[in-house]
Amino acid sequence: MKGKSLVSITDFSKEEILQIVKLAADFEANPNQPLLKNKVVASLFFEPSTRTRLSFETAINRLGGSVIGFTDSSSSSTTKGESLKDTIKMVSNYADLVVMRHPLEGAARYSSEESAVPIINAGDGANQHPTQTLLDLYSIYKTQGTLENLNIFLVGDLKYGRTVHSLLMAMSHFNPVFNFISPDELKMPDEYKLFLDELGIKYYEHSEFTDIISAADILYMTRVQRERFSDPIEYEKVKNVYVLRNAMLDNTKDNLRILHPLPRVNEIHTDVDENPKAYYFQQAQNGVYARMAIMASILGLKEV
Amino acid sequence: MSNTKELKVSAIKNGTVIDHISADHLFKVISILGLDKIQNQITFGTNLESHKFAQKAIVKVADKFFEDDEINKISLVAPYAKLNIIKDYEVVEKKSVTIPDEVVGIVKCVNPKCITNHEAITTRFSLVDKKEVALKCHYCEKITTEEHLEIL
Ligand SMILES: [Zn+2]
Repeated sequence: MKGKSLVSITDFSKEEILQIVKLAADFEANPNQPLLKNKVVASLFFEPSTRTRLSFETAINRLGGSVIGFTDSSSSSTTKGESLKDTIKMVSNYADLVVMRHPLEGAARYSSEESAVPIINAGDGANQHPTQTLLDLYSIYKTQGTLENLNIFLVGDLKYGRTVHSLLMAMSHFNPVFNFISPDELKMPDEYKLFLDELGIKYYEHSEFTDIISAADILYMTRVQRERFSDPIEYEKVKNVYVLRNAMLDNTKDNLRILHPLPRVNEIHTDVDENPKAYYFQQAQNGVYARMAIMASILGLKEV
Repeated sequence: MSNTKELKVSAIKNGTVIDHISADHLFKVISILGLDKIQNQITFGTNLESHKFAQKAIVKVADKFFEDDEINKISLVAPYAKLNIIKDYEVVEKKSVTIPDEVVGIVKCVNPKCITNHEAITTRFSLVDKKEVALKCHYCEKITTEEHLEIL
C-alpha cells in the first residue's frame, strides 16, 4: 500500500486492513519508533475537529515526524478564496503526506487526484472517515483476538451513521453475523443489506433494544440525533429507547465489548462506564496506534 | 436546381442522422457531441411533431460516423435517440444509444455538499443501475437517480 491514498475504507483490501491492525498492535507495544524522522506531514483541517486532529498529531509526534498545516479554514488561504486544488498542489510540494479534513463530500478523493503525495482522509463531510473504521477494527481485533466470525450488533442511527456503514463494509471481509437495532426511521439502508445478501452474510433487524444483545461479541453504539427526525414527536418517542444501561449487560457474554465513536450524548448511560465491558475510552486511545500504522504503511516505512 | 437545393437540406449523401431527440435537449446533444466545433455540414430541425415527445428534434451530420463510446454520451439527454447511418443516400445501419458505464462531465451531482458543486471539477459517475438510471458519484459516492438528473 506504499504510496496509496486512503480516502474510503474500500480502498484497502482485506490483507491491507490486517496489515494495519497488526502494525497498530506493534506500535502499541513499542510506541516510540522514530520512523517519520525527517518527514513532514501536512495536517489540513478545513473544518475544526479537535479530537481527530490531536489523535493524528500525537501519532505523527510519536513517530518523530514534523507537522505543518492549519486547524480550521479561517486561518488558511482558503478564506482568501484559494481553491482546494491550489492549496493541495502547494502543500503536497512541501510535505511527504497529507492528512485532511474537509466539510465537503468528495474533497479527499479529488485531492488525492491532484496531490503529488498520498492523502489520508480524516473525514469529508458526511461521506467517509476511514481512519475511524481502522481504529474500530483494531479495537475489535485487540479485544476479541480476531476479526473473524464475530457477532456484531450495531445500535442507534443506522441510516445516516457513516461509521456504521464503513464498519459494515470493512467487517464484511471477516465472515461476521450482524444484528441491526434501530428505530424504523433510522434503519440500515437497502444498499448495505443488498451488499450483505450478495456476499451471503447473515443479518437480523430489530426495532427493540432488549436481551437479544446476550449473543453479541461487539455492541457498537451510535448517537440518535434529533435533527434526523422529520417528526419531532418520533424523536421524543425513541430517544430514551436506544439507551444502554448497566443492568442490560447482566446476561451478556464475557468477551462482549461496547464501542462508540464518541462523543456520546445520552445513548450510553454513565453507569456503564465502570463496567469492564465498556471499551469506548480505550477505543479512542487506539486511534493513535491505528493512525501510526496507517501513516507508516502508506509511507512504506514498516511492515509486519 | 431547386431539386438539388432541397436535397442538400433534407438528406445527406454520407453521414449520420440522429432522430428522436426531445426538442428541449437538442442543444445539449449538439454540445455533448461537440458538433458546434466541427467543420462538417450539419442540418437540424427542431420543434417537429412527434409521437414520443411533445416536440422532437433531428440532427443530420454529413461525413461523420460516430464511435459507440462517443454517441452513447448523449444517452442521458436523449435516451430514445435513433441513429441512421447513411451511405450514398441509403440507410445502411440503424442504432440506438445505451448509457455508458462511466459518465464523465455531463451530469451534475445531486448532492449539494459534493465538492464537484463547489470547485471547477469534471463530474464522474459510474452507472450502478441501468434500468432505473442510478449514477454513483466518483467523488462524494452519493447516488443521482433519473428523477434528479440534471445535465450540465
Ligand atoms: Zn458527488
